[in-house]
Amino acid sequence: MLISVGGLNKVYRTREGADINALSNVNFSIGEGEFVTVVGPSGCGKSTLLKILAGTLRRTSGQVTMRGAPIDGPSRDVGVVFQAPVLLPWRTVLENVMLPIEIQKRDRRQYTEKARSFLKLVGLQAFEGKYPNELSGGMQQRVGISRALVHDPALLLMDEPFGALDAMTRESMNLELLRIWNESKKTVLLVTHSIPEAVYLADRVIMMSPRPGRISEIIEIDLPRPRPLEIINSEAFGRHVVAIRRHFQSLSALDA
Amino acid sequence: MSRSASEEHELLESGKPRTLGQTLREKPEIPLAILLFVSLIGGWELAVRLFEIPKIVLPAPTAVGAALWQGMTGDFLMHFGVTFYETIAGFVLGSITGLVLGALISQFRLLERTLYPYIVAFQTLPKVAIAPIIVIWFGYGVTSKIVITATIAFFPLLANTIVGLRSAPAEQIELMVAFTASRWQVFRLARLPHALPYIFVGLDVAIVLSVIGAIVGEFVGAQAGLGYLILQKNFNMDMAGVFAILIVLSAMGIGLHLLVNAIQRRVVFWMDGSSDRVMGA
Repeated sequence: MLISVGGLNKVYRTREGADINALSNVNFSIGEGEFVTVVGPSGCGKSTLLKILAGTLRRTSGQVTMRGAPIDGPSRDVGVVFQAPVLLPWRTVLENVMLPIEIQKRDRRQYTEKARSFLKLVGLQAFEGKYPNELSGGMQQRVGISRALVHDPALLLMDEPFGALDAMTRESMNLELLRIWNESKKTVLLVTHSIPEAVYLADRVIMMSPRPGRISEIIEIDLPRPRPLEIINSEAFGRHVVAIRRHFQSLSALDA
Repeated sequence: MSRSASEEHELLESGKPRTLGQTLREKPEIPLAILLFVSLIGGWELAVRLFEIPKIVLPAPTAVGAALWQGMTGDFLMHFGVTFYETIAGFVLGSITGLVLGALISQFRLLERTLYPYIVAFQTLPKVAIAPIIVIWFGYGVTSKIVITATIAFFPLLANTIVGLRSAPAEQIELMVAFTASRWQVFRLARLPHALPYIFVGLDVAIVLSVIGAIVGEFVGAQAGLGYLILQKNFNMDMAGVFAILIVLSAMGIGLHLLVNAIQRRVVFWMDGSSDRVMGA
């Protein structure tokens, strides 16, 4: 197991002194090379979970381990992608991808080649000298994904990475992400509020519900790989989507 | 890096010789500005001659021009040098103090809570009112003028540095922390560059105020400088000379302002039109 989470709780204290259970008794694990998606309505604690795994948020109680070692802070072995690409506007595309290398003081020459190969993988090799404001939103997010992978992390954490993109760009980014995942053999945990996206990408979908934030169900997605975009029209795909939607409706927690 | 259609057009056209008609159509403000300038100066000259206004009340533009020429070939340059030195030295001293203190305050909440009341109290003091005290402490030479200028240039930098260093998007910071960045790395790689547009707004405000600071200092008591010269000419009722010095002073202010802007465009190259981020001085 790469990631193992057991009895995880996170309690926020409000200004008034009231306690809010952002996460309550969360248990799951992720195997090496697995693609896991987390889906749920807003307020279900999915982003909180991701931040605890990224080591940027302290847990209240429970165990969170990566390869057996507890996660008590940011790790050099994790890459993250947020909804906003948050590229540094004064750095070129290549310099942005190299940011983790610079922060972690790794060998610049060796990893520049790696950065270039990831930019090629996301189809941006011709843009390495451009600045972020010369790129479209989808291109910026592809730079963000390259940046998250450049230092060869074991785990890639993605928090609604395509939430700000239009529907068509989003579909092609999903396809591309699966291709990158297939070629880089990374373990991915991706948070989304789109049920079709969660099904399309995942080996397993973790469903979360709010008040208190908890895992309500985990389902296996047995769709064959590689998955072309047309698979979303298949009956098997539709069955999974309907099952998840029903699950949330029965909890009457889905706002959409 | 979006360019308006007219600018794009201009870029395409550049290189070819342009006719006068084209220039007038693209920039109608140029002939209008010239027309306004000529009629203002002409009207002024005419009014002075027509109504025989005494030159100790209002000198004619021709008289100001003559005084300017006389001054430039005479003692203006020496006094200009003194005021320019006071302005730049005070600006540098005040800016660096504001920058460093602003950086410390933005990073340490405790320091902010401890220091800020004093800083606000100091800022609300009119610098003109404390200028005489500073002259008594630091003497009639350039040092007191530099100190007065520094007290004025200090605050725009302090305020803009604090706001600027807090302007980096929270997600950006969180991302860097997730990549195991240290506090210093976050500061150096994200906070400081994000603050640069704000810092330059502060520098621009401070440089213009610095000229005022130097003149205020010289008014209180000095042995040289353009402010000292203004007082002297005023005393001798040489109005044309005073006007000529005012022209030199505003040329200095405009020149320094343009210089700061030119440096800003080179350093903060990724922002077009950072002037929309103006913070109160």
